[in-house]
Amino acid sequence: MTGGRTRARYQLAIEALVSTTPRGRTSGFGLMPEHQRICDLCVEVKSLAEIAALMRMPLGVARVMVGDMAEAGLIAVHQSNTTEGKPDLALLERVLIGLRNL
Amino acid sequence: MDFATSSPPERTAGPTTSVKIVVAGGFGVGKTTFVGAVSEINPLTTEAVMTAASDGIDDLSKVPDKTTTTVAMDFGRVSLDRELILYLFGTPGQNRFWFMWDDLTRGAIGAVVLVDTRRLADCFAAIDYFEDAGLPYIVALNCFDGHLSHNVEDVREALSIPGDVPIVTCDARSRESTKLTLIRLVEHAMSRFAAMR
Repeated sequence: MTGGRTRARYQLAIEALVSTTPRGRTSGFGLMPEHQRICDLCVEVKSLAEIAALMRMPLGVARVMVGDMAEAGLIAVHQSNTTEGKPDLALLERVLIGLRNL
Repeated sequence: MDFATSSPPERTAGPTTSVKIVVAGGFGVGKTTFVGAVSEINPLTTEAVMTAASDGIDDLSKVPDKTTTTVAMDFGRVSLDRELILYLFGTPGQNRFWFMWDDLTRGAIGAVVLVDTRRLADCFAAIDYFEDAGLPYIVALNCFDGHLSHNVEDVREALSIPGDVPIVTCDARSRESTKLTLIRLVEHAMSRFAAMR
């Protein structure tokens, strides 16, 4: 499934959001079954962790697959706005407001 | 019938930003309960597989009995606004799986260390880890039966928790209580952020 690779080319965060691109929605036939299922799953946005859990595959395997599928243009990966790898103040404020409004 | 070629160009609809908070603490302290109390989905479990190999052995094919260990962690999801999702990750129960902790804490807002006051020592490792990593954290005393075995300042002293780290009490079963705990953590992370400027 991963061609023997266990390290993804990108270090995708476990919470990175993944959505199926128009190309991924219409590719259909010819895709590996796992890729097809991930395309189906991510029509509604999912995190890498959710993909691994719902596909019942180890996180490392899901990470490699998602990296490959992003390169093939089947899915888009949304990484968050961060400053030196940490959420910035504006993002923290949004989180705070969101939590208060729950 | 719809044809893809006839559809207008579409932008991704839905959330495009995610953040995460780590929920740590000893085995059986209520991490999954805490996550489940505020999550909009039933907590999911994701697994990572670690191959146990000795240092200095690079080619695992030469190790006849390579053993793998599966580390499971539970997580939940909270939609905060139309474009923003918060994920809550419970740390694996066994503290020895540090490799997983690095993955969990990278880019995190911070951590809630859940403490059972009857078993204070269980959270030492987590507190140590977050202190070393410089990750903002707060300590939440989980009141299982509505009362604490120790008061907050006793706990601070017993665990050598720095004075600027908030200690709160919570009920991991209660949505309102977990929500307030998360708010306190984000406020703490913001004040840390501001102080570092």
